[in-house]
Amino acid sequence: MRWLQLAIAGALICTPVFAQDAKKEIQKYQQMIADGSPVELFELEGEALWKKPQGPNNVSLEKCDLGHGAGVVKGAYARLPRYFKDADRVMDLEARLLHCMTTLQGRSREEATKRVFGNENQPSEMEYLSAYVASQSRGVKLAAGTSHPKEKEAYELGKALFFHRAGGWDMSCASCHGEENKRIRMQELPVMSKPQFARPIMATWPAYRVSNSQFKTMQWRINDCFRQMRYPEPKFASDATIALNTFLTVTAAGEPYRGPGTKR
Amino acid sequence: MTRRSLLAVLGLLLAKPLTVLAAWNEQAFGAKTAADALKSIGATAAAPSKDILIEAPQIAENGAVVPIEISSNIPGTTSIAVVIEKNPFPLAGKFDFKENALPFVKLNVKMGETSDVRVVAVAGGKQFVATREIKVTIGGCGG
Amino acid sequence: MAGPMKMRATTTGGTTEVRVLMTHPMTTAQSGQALHFIQNITVKQNGKAVVEAEISQAVSRNPVFSFRLKGGAKGDKIEVSWLDNKGETNKIETAVA
Repeated sequence: MRWLQLAIAGALICTPVFAQDAKKEIQKYQQMIADGSPVELFELEGEALWKKPQGPNNVSLEKCDLGHGAGVVKGAYARLPRYFKDADRVMDLEARLLHCMTTLQGRSREEATKRVFGNENQPSEMEYLSAYVASQSRGVKLAAGTSHPKEKEAYELGKALFFHRAGGWDMSCASCHGEENKRIRMQELPVMSKPQFARPIMATWPAYRVSNSQFKTMQWRINDCFRQMRYPEPKFASDATIALNTFLTVTAAGEPYRGPGTKR
Repeated sequence: MTRRSLLAVLGLLLAKPLTVLAAWNEQAFGAKTAADALKSIGATAAAPSKDILIEAPQIAENGAVVPIEISSNIPGTTSIAVVIEKNPFPLAGKFDFKENALPFVKLNVKMGETSDVRVVAVAGGKQFVATREIKVTIGGCGG
Repeated sequence: MAGPMKMRATTTGGTTEVRVLMTHPMTTAQSGQALHFIQNITVKQNGKAVVEAEISQAVSRNPVFSFRLKGGAKGDKIEVSWLDNKGETNKIETAVA
């Protein structure tokens, strides 16, 4: 039995110690790439796009109401998703941007969503705009809407979806993000249904991914998780994606926003 | 140099647009081994120095962007070069500091795999070197 | 047309720190695409070159550099320019804050 005790002792000593050192070094990596990240260039481009007259109405997005009144960008991202009376719907940032593109600028939904996810050579309009709007909430505590009945509904739907197993592989978000101390290769999998883990994540999305030099938004993140779970592709800014975004952001409530982030 | 070759060189210089005349050490940057790269910048016999400070994570979550901050405390440092051992073309950059510029640079480099990063500093005509290993992993689920 | 650049230059305690962001693909031979990367960077303070750099395609896409200058005062003009292997250039000028 002694060999078994030694083996267990060995396993207990080896794994956690390496894991802790590796985690610290990766945190250092994340810190160093965030300090002076190309993400600022996306914010710049986003600001220019915000001010650019477009669409049949030839107006800019500068009168878009992101929740704090027409044209108020400062602090708006931190309060999304939230209920909007004019659309009678809970909306996240991208849903709201799409709304302003269609109602203010007169663009069709088809045209405005033709290319929502870009690439390293040609980021999408949504990506640039998301970077700009999010940057204007730096330092503001995350406070997605929770008082309106539709906001409560969105939260409950998001929570249910988070734990609901579906798709060809019978997976839910919780399959990967439901248990502590799990990782895929060197990537930690935060338990997104718990505030302590959701907070640092939701405070740094949308984000610039250094691995492919692309700016990724929350709509992309959810879309790609669906892809990885072998779910059918969700419609852009669908109720389901907004519900999940709501659940995640409410779970992270109170965390000072510090994005847009820079990630691996 | 013969008169003919001098004229040939002058002809070449005049033919190229002025903007392309900025110096870029093709031989050094084209070197395929760290030894050759070091040789072409004259750093084969560089002396190890603890006064070259390399601030970098031990593990890079992704090799596409590896942040490295370099500072030389060797008095009179005039240039710093970065050589990534296992890269296909090891020489990543060479920085010359003039006037009141401090021998300091922070940059992001690509690393194909876990490798030694060698930093060469030139001070008073002498070469010094410091080395750091940086591990490169591939993060995530490919998503 | 070259993509946007962004630069911040601040001075504290006798040292001026310059951080510059550049938009550039920095494509390598490995990628199978045409080689396209910045080769030369020049940093000028009030018109005088203080840093001259030669870099390779091993520098990451959308390069970010930090440099430091001894001294420097508020209002000093810092200019960073680059030149790539295709002869394309870009530059940005900022006053030290």
